[in-house]
Amino acid sequence: MSALFQFNGGVKPATHKARSAQTPIDTAPLPTLLVVPLHQSIGSQPRPLVRAGEHVKKGQRIGAADKWLSSAVHAPTSGKVLAVEERVAAHPSGLSALSIVIAPDGKDEWIELEPFDPATLPPERVREILRDAGVVGLGGAVFPSHVKTEAAKTRALEALVINGAECEPFMTCDDRLMRERAEGIARGVAIFRDLLRPRRVLVGIEDNKPEAIAAMLSAVEAIGEDFTVVPVPTRYPAGGAKQLIRVLTGKEIPADRRSPEMGAQCFNVATAYTAWRAVAFGEPVISRIVTLTGNVERAGNWEIRLGTPLREILPLMRPKADTNRYIMGGPMMGFELPSLEAPIVKASNCIIAGSPSLFPPPAPEMPCIRCGACARACPHELQPFELYWFARARNFGKTQEYKLFDCIECGGCSYVCPARIPLVQYFRFAKSEIWSRERDKASADAAKARFERRQAREARERAEKAERLAKASERKAAPASTAPNDAAPDETEAARKAAIAAAIERARVQREGVQAGNTGDPDATRREEVAGAGIGQCRAVDAPDAGQDSRREGQ
Amino acid sequence: MLTAILIMALGAVILGAALGYASIRFRVEGNPLVEKIEAILPQTQCGQCGYPGCKPYAKAIAEGEAEINRCPPGGQEGVVKLADLLGREVEPLDVEERPRQVAFIDERSCIGCTLCLQACPVEAIIGAAKQMHTVAAALCTGCELCVTPCPVECIRMEPVREKIDGWKWKYPVFEITPSKRAA
Amino acid sequence: MPHYLFIVIGAVLVNNVVLVRILGLCPFMGVSRKLDTAFGMGAATTFVLTLATGATYVIDHLLLMPFGLEYLRTISFIVTIAAIVQLTEMIIQKSSPVLHQVLGIYLPLITTNCAVLGVPLLNVANGHDFLESLIFGAGSAIGFSLVLVLFAGIRERIEGADVPAPFRGVSIAMVTAGLMSLAFMGFSGLDKYR
Repeated sequence: MSALFQFNGGVKPATHKARSAQTPIDTAPLPTLLVVPLHQSIGSQPRPLVRAGEHVKKGQRIGAADKWLSSAVHAPTSGKVLAVEERVAAHPSGLSALSIVIAPDGKDEWIELEPFDPATLPPERVREILRDAGVVGLGGAVFPSHVKTEAAKTRALEALVINGAECEPFMTCDDRLMRERAEGIARGVAIFRDLLRPRRVLVGIEDNKPEAIAAMLSAVEAIGEDFTVVPVPTRYPAGGAKQLIRVLTGKEIPADRRSPEMGAQCFNVATAYTAWRAVAFGEPVISRIVTLTGNVERAGNWEIRLGTPLREILPLMRPKADTNRYIMGGPMMGFELPSLEAPIVKASNCIIAGSPSLFPPPAPEMPCIRCGACARACPHELQPFELYWFARARNFGKTQEYKLFDCIECGGCSYVCPARIPLVQYFRFAKSEIWSRERDKASADAAKARFERRQAREARERAEKAERLAKASERKAAPASTAPNDAAPDETEAARKAAIAAAIERARVQREGVQAGNTGDPDATRREEVAGAGIGQCRAVDAPDAGQDSRREGQ
Repeated sequence: MLTAILIMALGAVILGAALGYASIRFRVEGNPLVEKIEAILPQTQCGQCGYPGCKPYAKAIAEGEAEINRCPPGGQEGVVKLADLLGREVEPLDVEERPRQVAFIDERSCIGCTLCLQACPVEAIIGAAKQMHTVAAALCTGCELCVTPCPVECIRMEPVREKIDGWKWKYPVFEITPSKRAA
Repeated sequence: MPHYLFIVIGAVLVNNVVLVRILGLCPFMGVSRKLDTAFGMGAATTFVLTLATGATYVIDHLLLMPFGLEYLRTISFIVTIAAIVQLTEMIIQKSSPVLHQVLGIYLPLITTNCAVLGVPLLNVANGHDFLESLIFGAGSAIGFSLVLVLFAGIRERIEGADVPAPFRGVSIAMVTAGLMSLAFMGFSGLDKYR
C-alpha cells in the first residue's frame, strides 16, 4: 500500500456518529404523498414526462434528462400523478421548484425491469443507462455520474478514488451502507472502473469506521477485484472529493480544472451502489439511505423514497419536544430546511433535528483580528481572513484574486474562528453574487448582439429599399430624359426628381381615374374593368406610396 | 537681453518641432475606451439615459459629455463600476432604482399590430402581423419601450420572480438582541 | 562611487519627495485609489522626472550658465518639463488609453507637479553634476512611485474597513499619509556617510 499524503488544516469536531450507526438500515413505510422535484442534480432541469391524472408505476421515468449534463428522475412508487407544479424544494432559499406530486396507490408495483450484465455492454450504453436511471453523486453534490465516467481526452486516468470517508459529524449513511451492502458497492466500483480504466482503484474510508473497512475488504476479496481499501485519518473534511484525492494520490485539483484532467476521479460509495443496481438490476434511483439523527428519540438510517416530505419521516425519528429546526446535510455544510413539506431528494444524506441546546444560536460576530486560525484550518490553503475582508466590502474582483472559487465551503474556518465570524456565509454570498453578475453579463452581451443584428438588418433593409427605388426611378426616368447612365451626380439627382414628379403625377392621374370610374356613369367596359380585378386599384394604392418613398429618399 | 530672448525663442522652436512630430507619430485612432464603457452598461438599449442606445451613451461618457449616473437599469452598482474605470467620483444615480422587470403581453387583448415588435430594441417580442404576440421573458431587458406604442394597452411590466436557479445567498446580517437584564 | 548609492538612498527613503519634502501631494492623494493606476502614475512620473533632470541639466549648463541667464532658470525649466509631459501624454494615450483616462487630469498636472520642478532645482542647489543629477532624479521618482504604490495598497484595504463616517474618503487618506510620513522619519540619518 502506498503512503498517504496530507492536506492542510482540517478540524476535528465531535463526531456524534455512534448513535445512528448502531442499528441496521430500515426501510421507511410508504408515505401518503410524494413530491418529487424534477431538478435533483447538477445540470439542466429534466423534462417532465407525465401529466396530472396519469397513472405511474414504481420506477417509471417521470422526468427525462434534458441534455447530456442532466439526469432522469423516476416515480418512487406506483400511483396517480396529482399535479405537476411548483412545490417548496429542499433548498436554503425556501423557494419552489417544479415537482411531480404522486398519490401512492399502495400496490408499490414495479415497471418491468431490464437487467444487464455490465461486462457485455459497450461503455456508451452503460453511460446511457446511468443517465436514464438517474444515477448521480449521492455524497451530496449530485453531479450526474454518467458525465463523470467520461475519461479526460488529454491523459489516462491514474487513480479512481471511491469515497467512503464520510467526514461530516452525525452522518452514518455511508458507514451503514458499506457494512451491509459492501458487495454491491464493490460491483458498482467495478462498473466505474470498466468505464474509466484507471491504473488503480483506491477506496478511502476514515479510520473511525473499522466495521465498514472490514466489510469492504472482505467484499473486494470476495468478488476477486484488486481494489485497495485504504483507511484514512479521521479529520474533517477528509471526505471532500478534492481532499480525499489529495490524501490518497497526492494530487491537488484547482478550481478551474476537472479532476480527470489531473488523472483522478472520485465517486461516493452510495453512488457506486446505485450504479450497480441500475445496470445489473435495471432499478433506477428511487430511494436513498438517509441518516436521521440529532435531537431525536430514535436515531438511525432509513432507506427513504425520494420525494417523501419531511413531515412524513418525523414519526421514524421521533424528534424531541424542543426541536426547533431540521438541517439537511451535516452540521458543517448543511442548511436548514425551509419547511416540513420539503421532500427528501438525492442530495439528502442526513436530516438532523436541531434544538437550541444541540446547536446554540450563533454568538455575535466580533471583528476579525487576523489571527490566521482560519488559514491554518483551511484544507485548500486559502486565506479565509483575506477573502472575508474583501467579500464583506463587496470587492468581488479581489475575492477572486484570492481564489474564492477554490473554497469548498467546508465550514472549517467558521468552526475555528475565535471571533465567531460566519466566514462561509460571506463566501457563499460572494460566490452567488459573482455568478449572478456573470449571468447578467452574458445576457447583456446577448441583448447587445441582438440589438446590433437588428440595427444591421434595418440598415440593410433601408439600403435595399433605397436601391430598389433608385433603380425603379432610373428605369422610369430613362425614356423621359435620355441622359446616359454614367451621368454626373447632379444629373442623376435631376433624373430622380423628375422620376418622383412623374410618380406623383401618375399617382394623381390614377387616383382621378379611379374616382372618375367610380363616380361617373359606368358604361359596360368600365364596369367590367372595375369588377375585373383590383389590379387598377392596387396600382393606384401602390403608386402614391412609391411616390412618398421616393420623395423621402430624395430629401 | 537679446540673448535671453533668442535662447528662449530657440528653445521654444525646438520643443515645438519635437511635439509636432510626436503628435503625428503617436496619433490615436478612435477611442478604445468606448468599448470598455459599453461593456459595463447593461445593454437594455432603453434610452433612459437620453441617448439612443448603450453605445451612444458610452461614446458620450468617453468624450466627457455625459455624466456616469444616467443609467437606471445599470443601477448604483453600474455607476460605481464606471467611476472605477474612469477614476471619477461616485455619484448617486439621478433617478430611482427599480427592481428588474420584464414585459408581459396580455394575450387576450393583443390585436397583433406589430407596433411593440418594432419598438423592441433587443428583439424579445415574437409575433407577426395579425398574430398574437408574446414576450420571450429570458430575452427581455425590461426597457419598457414596448409599453407606450401598444394601442390597446395590453403590455404591462412585471417584476422578475426569484427562481431557485438564480437565487443568491444574502449578505450575512445578524440581529442584535439585547441581553436579558435582571429586573 | 558609494556616494551615488547614498544619493539614491537619500532620495528614495531619507528625503522622500512626498513624505519628507512634502512635494507632489496632489497626485499622491488623487491617483492612489487603485493599485494599478498608482503603478501607472508612478511609471509616468519616473519617466518624466528622469528625462526632466537630464534635460534641465543640459539646458542649465549649456544655455543658461554660459550666457549668465540664471534668472531664467525657473521659467525655462517649466517650459522644458511641460514639453516632456506633453510627449509622455501622447505616448501613454497611444499605448494605454485606459491608463490615460484614469490618470486623467493628473497627467497634464505632472507639468505643475512641484516634485518634478523641485527635483531639478534641488539638483542645481546641491551642485550635482550630470550623472548625480540623473541619479537624484531617478531616485526621487522611485521614492515617489514607492510611496504612491504603498499608499494605494493601504487605501485599497481601507475601502473594506469600517471607517467612521466623518473620516471616510480623503480624511482617512490624509491621516494615513501622516502616519506614513512619521514612519519615514525613521530613515533619517541613513545617508550620513561623511
